[in-house]
Amino acid sequence: MYALPGRHVILALFIAFLLLPIYWLINMSFKTNLEITSTMTLWPLQPTLANYRVIFTDPSWYSSYINSLEYVVINTVLSVSLALPAAYAFSRYNFLGDKHLFFWLLTNRMAPAAVFALPFFNLYSAIGLFDTPWAVALAHCLFNIPLAVWILEGFISGVPREIDETAFLDGYSFPRFFVKILLPLIASGVGVAAFFCFMFSWVELLLARTLTSVNAKPIAATMTRTVSAAGMDWGVLAAAGVLTLIPGAVVIWFVRNYIARGFALGRV
Amino acid sequence: MEKITNQKGWFLVLPVFALVAFSAVIPLMTVVNYSVQDTFGNNKFFWNGIGWYQELLSPSTELGGRFFASLWRNLAFSAIVLAIEMPLGIVVALAMPREGWGVAFSLVVLALPLLIPWNVVGTIWQIFGRTDIGLLGYTLNWLGSDYNYVANPLDAWLTIIAMDVWHWSSLVALLCYAGLKSIPEAFYQAASIDGASRWAVFRAIQLPKMKRVLLIAGLLRFMDSFMIYTEPFVVTGGGPGNSTTFLSIELVKLALGQFDLGKAAAMSIVYMLIIIIVCWVYYTVMTNAGEDRGSARGGP
Repeated sequence: MYALPGRHVILALFIAFLLLPIYWLINMSFKTNLEITSTMTLWPLQPTLANYRVIFTDPSWYSSYINSLEYVVINTVLSVSLALPAAYAFSRYNFLGDKHLFFWLLTNRMAPAAVFALPFFNLYSAIGLFDTPWAVALAHCLFNIPLAVWILEGFISGVPREIDETAFLDGYSFPRFFVKILLPLIASGVGVAAFFCFMFSWVELLLARTLTSVNAKPIAATMTRTVSAAGMDWGVLAAAGVLTLIPGAVVIWFVRNYIARGFALGRV
Repeated sequence: MEKITNQKGWFLVLPVFALVAFSAVIPLMTVVNYSVQDTFGNNKFFWNGIGWYQELLSPSTELGGRFFASLWRNLAFSAIVLAIEMPLGIVVALAMPREGWGVAFSLVVLALPLLIPWNVVGTIWQIFGRTDIGLLGYTLNWLGSDYNYVANPLDAWLTIIAMDVWHWSSLVALLCYAGLKSIPEAFYQAASIDGASRWAVFRAIQLPKMKRVLLIAGLLRFMDSFMIYTEPFVVTGGGPGNSTTFLSIELVKLALGQFDLGKAAAMSIVYMLIIIIVCWVYYTVMTNAGEDRGSARGGP
């Protein structure tokens, strides 16, 4: 009833548009550099795993994947756990300056990373965190905490206040109520918030690159190495790109049932 | 649902407040500091007042010229991608299957571009658009066009716009899909009994339900397209010439490339103010729209 005319065609075209560039990257990652530069083939004629072998045998390649995942995980845990009580407060209480505080938090989501690159470099160098995953994790909190607060506030507001009141009448202390009753009720919200923190920390490059040099270098920065005197190593570049798609795809698979609501930030 | 007044709310907000204050206020003060000072190196600074701001905001100076050029470029870019992505997102959301395995499949594919690191998004399109090894560039040249995003500013713009549409239309589509899913089936049945046309259903039922999510989508897309850095930087590096140098690229050039701290800091402050003012207007509109919706539906 009231379906869009030609909707299968529209959807198929859009999905093809989304998948084609990704397919091309995957296609290239299985080719040799000779095949990439000399011919135009729609699929690898001589499929090779050599590009992937380069990445998995060179510590400077695979350790940068671990570096990236490290700061992403620290950031996600930190953002969600700090945002939970704050979101509860914004959802349930009026307090002095609450609306201004909420808007101020959101303004940090609007701050261009380029503005903060240099001052962050100074700040984290001064306190000795430069080139550690903590520097990047804390820097990413700047835009992830406001987002997590915003998402969780939406989900907590969907829980009727009577549940809080009943729990307190039953003698639950605040922390026990929070963990035993509220958290299970907003479990999907916590999942969605974690998903978004993961997403925005994983895709960001400018700050991650500025705040690291050797030890905590993220994969995104290592990829620029494929430009060398001998020309571009297209095959390895493509293989490294393909490997960065995997964590995202895995995470999407786990939250696929909540994706739609999550993208509406719990406000539908 | 009435909120109760309880100042203890501050204790719950305190950790977030402390952390964000640490990572936002201190760096921001550094920026403000730089923006009113000048230096001859050696870490010796002296007061320059509003000198940098005056230079930045007068288009006749070199700095002002660069700032305004990239500002107009960035505004044009944001306007174009919003004009394409919002309608496209609505259409794709309307075309989404309602049930079956197709739902999960479409959702996962749609979300995929959003989870790709931004420099990899750039790399994908850099490769895809190349005329020697990329499918898109090769095909276009084979069809007889002289497409070449490295040399031709118009082609560079088209490539970057296509990339942004590829990257972010899904976000709009997923938001709209969430809005559409919240419409009860009974609404459609009532419309069909009344003999409403497809267009009338869209105007009277679907669009109002999507209004709120569309505002969120517009806000997010404006902010992010106005802050775009990594993707065009990887694809074109701001070129050919300066034709795709957006505000963030210009700013990073000034701050990290030329180390012109005073100029970069003044530009940072003006840049942030523009985004925050636009978003504040949006936020006000959003809150009002939310109140309308609350009174119409009687609840959150």
